[in-house]
Amino acid sequence: MEIFQLEYITLITGGLLVLTGLWGIISQKNLIRMVIGFSLFDTGLHVIMISIGYIRNGTAPILDKAVDKVNAAGQIVDPLPQALVLTAIVIGLGVTALMLAYVVRLHKEKGSLNITNFKDLKW
Amino acid sequence: MIKKLIYILVLVGAGIIMAQLFAGFSGSTELSETARYYVESGPEETGAANLVTAVIVTYRGLDTLGEVTILFTVAAIIAFFMKTREQRDKPKRRVSEILTTGARILVPGTMLFGAYIFINGHLSPGGGFQGGAIIASGFALMLLAFPQANLSHKTIRWVESISGFSFVIIGVLGIFMAGGFLDNSILPLGNFGSLFSAGAIPIIYIFIGLKVGAELSNVVGHMHEKQKEI
Amino acid sequence: MNMTWIALIIGLIMLIMAFAAIYAKKLAVAIIAAGVVSLLASILYLTLAAPDVAMTEAAIGSGLSTIIFFYAINKIRKQSHD
Repeated sequence: MEIFQLEYITLITGGLLVLTGLWGIISQKNLIRMVIGFSLFDTGLHVIMISIGYIRNGTAPILDKAVDKVNAAGQIVDPLPQALVLTAIVIGLGVTALMLAYVVRLHKEKGSLNITNFKDLKW
Repeated sequence: MIKKLIYILVLVGAGIIMAQLFAGFSGSTELSETARYYVESGPEETGAANLVTAVIVTYRGLDTLGEVTILFTVAAIIAFFMKTREQRDKPKRRVSEILTTGARILVPGTMLFGAYIFINGHLSPGGGFQGGAIIASGFALMLLAFPQANLSHKTIRWVESISGFSFVIIGVLGIFMAGGFLDNSILPLGNFGSLFSAGAIPIIYIFIGLKVGAELSNVVGHMHEKQKEI
Repeated sequence: MNMTWIALIIGLIMLIMAFAAIYAKKLAVAIIAAGVVSLLASILYLTLAAPDVAMTEAAIGSGLSTIIFFYAINKIRKQSHD
């Protein structure tokens, strides 16, 4: 069966994680839960990107005794999405920490975590 | 009720867009052209056994520089937000004996493991970002075990600035001594697969590891310190 | 074929944990569930032949970011006591 392959399953998992994270962002009222939604969204996107770079039956892009230089191109998976996701994960932590710092600050100002209590920009 | 309906509509729309994107996907059985270039000429040009490292440090080195800059900015903004009046009160709950003793044994080992990971980044899985994150985890464990510990932000700032500066200096040296910015062949490429190989990649990765470790420790430290003032 | 089954099971657990992360009553449970999603994602990366990414996700996604979340809610709890 065509759909029952590793990369399809992880791709669909990542897509559903993105949708779950989006649902968390738009439906929750608690600011911390919205940040959790963002972090789920992030994880889903990373899983999607790694699945797109997967080559069927490939191994990790590291050359050693098992994978020699000459015919490495036929054996390993795409190193480029992995490099991009690696940096994206670190930036994701930075963005999450920044959002949490804002949340703490907002709570200090208003004394509430409920998004409906923040009406300063509402008109 | 009407609000919930709108949410569901948004979600269904996003799902349809995503399904459209996924419908064109077919599992690939061979590398794309760019990846093929990296795989075929990467080992000769950079001398790194770990191709992900080769891509991060040399081919996409400018991205990495930008990314480290983003982390620096994030750490600075968090420090700005968390800057509050210094007030050291006694912690209400005593830290448990097990955590203190365990941290005494584990923290040095964790730091050493992080250093090992970013020194061997060009040979085995791992590298500057992972090593830096592990060092920051060691800092977090230390702060959990000793909440009154005085994290020296000055030292962290110096480590971060010096490693960031050296990273850029090595990159500029590449323009004069080799092919271009962040070219790693300013040092001999050495024996493929040994520790002292791959030109400047291990040195650049050590600086990236120190910088990322310092920045993430700074973030964790600031998030911790705001806990002290009430 | 075995890898496919592992990925299927891990994917299902990930989705359940993602729902738990959004709908759990206590914030602490939600944060732990989000950390579990990250940890399982790192296993998924390992089955997809990406050990570098798996290491990063395990160290950052489930380690550091969980700690930062807990520091934040600790701070918020202290602020609301004042």
